[in-house]
Amino acid sequence: MFNYRESVAWNDIPLVSMDALCSFAVERCRRNWRLLALFGVPSPSGTEVVCLLADASARLLDAVRALPGRAYDSMTPQCPQAHLFERELFETWGIRPEGHPWLKPVRFRPAEGGKRNARPGPGQADYYRVEGAEVHEVAVGPVHAGVIEPGHFRFQCYGENVMHLEIELGFQHRDAEHLVLTSPARLVLPIMENMAGDTAIGHATAYCTVVERLSGVKVTDRAHILRRLALELERLANHTRDLGAIGGDTGFLPTSAWNGRITGDFLNITSELCGSRFGRNLLCPGGVKWDLDAELCRSLAKRLRAAYRDARGSVDVMLESSSVLARLTGTGRVSFEDARALGLVGMAARSCGVAVDARMDWPLCDLDNGTLHKRMRTTGDVLARTLLRSDELNDSAASAEADLMQLGFSSGEEACRVSVPEAMPASRLAVAQVEGWRGEVCHVGITGKDGSWLAYKVIDPSFHNWFALAMALRGEQISDFPLCNKSFNLSYCGHDL
Amino acid sequence: MFDIIRERLHQGYRTLNYPFVSPSISPRFAGLPSLEPTSCKGCEGRACLAACPTNALRITAEGPELDMGRCLFCRACEKACPEGKITFTHEHRLAAYTREALIVRGKAPEDIEQPGIRQARGTQKRDLSLFARSLKLREVSAGGCMACEADVNVLGTLIYDLGRFGIEYAASPRHADGILVTGPVTENMRAALLDTWQAVPEPKIVIAVGACAISGGTFKGSREGCGGVESVLPEGSVDVYVPGCPPNPWTILDGILSVAWKKHAAK
Repeated sequence: MFNYRESVAWNDIPLVSMDALCSFAVERCRRNWRLLALFGVPSPSGTEVVCLLADASARLLDAVRALPGRAYDSMTPQCPQAHLFERELFETWGIRPEGHPWLKPVRFRPAEGGKRNARPGPGQADYYRVEGAEVHEVAVGPVHAGVIEPGHFRFQCYGENVMHLEIELGFQHRDAEHLVLTSPARLVLPIMENMAGDTAIGHATAYCTVVERLSGVKVTDRAHILRRLALELERLANHTRDLGAIGGDTGFLPTSAWNGRITGDFLNITSELCGSRFGRNLLCPGGVKWDLDAELCRSLAKRLRAAYRDARGSVDVMLESSSVLARLTGTGRVSFEDARALGLVGMAARSCGVAVDARMDWPLCDLDNGTLHKRMRTTGDVLARTLLRSDELNDSAASAEADLMQLGFSSGEEACRVSVPEAMPASRLAVAQVEGWRGEVCHVGITGKDGSWLAYKVIDPSFHNWFALAMALRGEQISDFPLCNKSFNLSYCGHDL
Repeated sequence: MFDIIRERLHQGYRTLNYPFVSPSISPRFAGLPSLEPTSCKGCEGRACLAACPTNALRITAEGPELDMGRCLFCRACEKACPEGKITFTHEHRLAAYTREALIVRGKAPEDIEQPGIRQARGTQKRDLSLFARSLKLREVSAGGCMACEADVNVLGTLIYDLGRFGIEYAASPRHADGILVTGPVTENMRAALLDTWQAVPEPKIVIAVGACAISGGTFKGSREGCGGVESVLPEGSVDVYVPGCPPNPWTILDGILSVAWKKHAAK
């Protein structure tokens, strides 16, 4: 076991048999640990599997590794949160989890070391099918009617009722994790910022944290505050947009129209930090590239207050409308038990009563969390996800404003960037967990014998949470799909990488 | 009801009379690059080339030249150049009709940031005046990270109000005059992009938005396709290139207007 802020030597991670790794993980998950990551790492004696587990109550991580060979007994039947990790292992490294209930490719990519063009494309696979004379199937995508990313949805319907939804992704697969290993150092940060473009700050923070934890670099408080400010601005922009989209899908158009504009106001405040509305080019290992002076802090705080006032007013009229509340209540429900079993993260988990929030569970620094609280709802429906966003708007706006004030008062006292040694220490592993606006963005970096990356694993919150959308649709009407989808608003490229 | 009306009055009228009024963009925004001629003699190490993440720069006898189709506008070269010959202006109108016209070779004109109608860079590959009054576009995200998509989508909101130019995003390629592509075009989206393009009736146009769609951007070296739109669609099919990672929404709006509206209004 190791402290989450420290790196651990690769050789100190116990190498056990694959059966022992599985029963270890299953046992831990039964005792409220979470499966953080399960992925393959190339080694001279074949693909090694690394399993990372997290206990938020003690803020401890644990890692084990194993050499599974070609096949092993799947842990998914005992530990459902492993389901997608095991499918990924199967697809990427050709390691078969025997007894996996739904062993299909995740991204429709060729296996490592295999022929590049040998693959079934996404959509060219068998889907889960319900048989029966009156059962029909609805297929949607990959190219959708709106301006969104591609993905394929397959509904099994009886009349208007959805019995099952299968979500098939992979269209966005850019092979990003492999690019991290092969690209020159100067290109790695831009790739991280493009992992999921609407979570650029989340992914960049996670990457910088991994590098800093490996190198043992301590970032200044000022840099931490600037990063937190950017992260909360990202949350404000995305929550505002999603609340507007939920308004649009319930036919409440005033909020839909206004929030589109207010989202831009928050993005433009981020753009004042670094020139990019999505916070590109703001962070770097060792801190942040741009600082703020007292005058800019004051003017941004004023703009932030105005944007927050507009967002609050716009969302409040929606939440006071009884027709909107009636549409949202009880729609797309995910139970606490399912959320726990599937290992959901972030907002989607908190709306089902699962208390996970990396900002409080795995803080990036020793600064006080201030106005940021773990906001919880218990009903797990679209209403819960809407109200949770609305609550987080308040917290994030107050936190961002306080951070701007503090940055203004202490301007010039402390640098926002420290230097990071060019070479990272050899053969170590470090983990970063950052609460992006969707949920926990988890990055795991492992260095090889020469200090360059041996493996780099990115786990976007969408990786865990897409299955929640499938669960939410069970027993609902097919016409509830757009609303349920917006209430999660998951990332396709964050899943596909 | 009363609350909604009161809130409506508070939210006010927000649409900007673009392109006749300059939009307000952050002072830190990096727009059109400006390159001063230099022999680069004092810089044997080629600091700008070493700093650029996407190899967007090239050194010629007249000094550096910058390919906006690859550029992330990250200012790394600006910081690296020991002579300070590479700078970024605040000009957001960057669209070009040809790939070649995206390559910046000289200094930006002094009056570059004046508002008003400005022709896109380069010459049109073919006459686009047919689309000048009304334009329906089908958006295809092919590996896009959702940043370009978000800034394309935001043009529909009330600040930009795309509809007032007669431009709309269509829900089907059959209803569209052309496609607007974002993302580096992954292997798994190759077929879907081709199908969508083929489903648009002739004559049709293609707009490539973002460094990824133009050149593959940060994903250029990928094993999964990612060579941009022109690696999949036939040569010469892209009519407008809008550079940036992601481009500012005003840059995208300017790019779309260079097909649909500017020519008409300039007459």
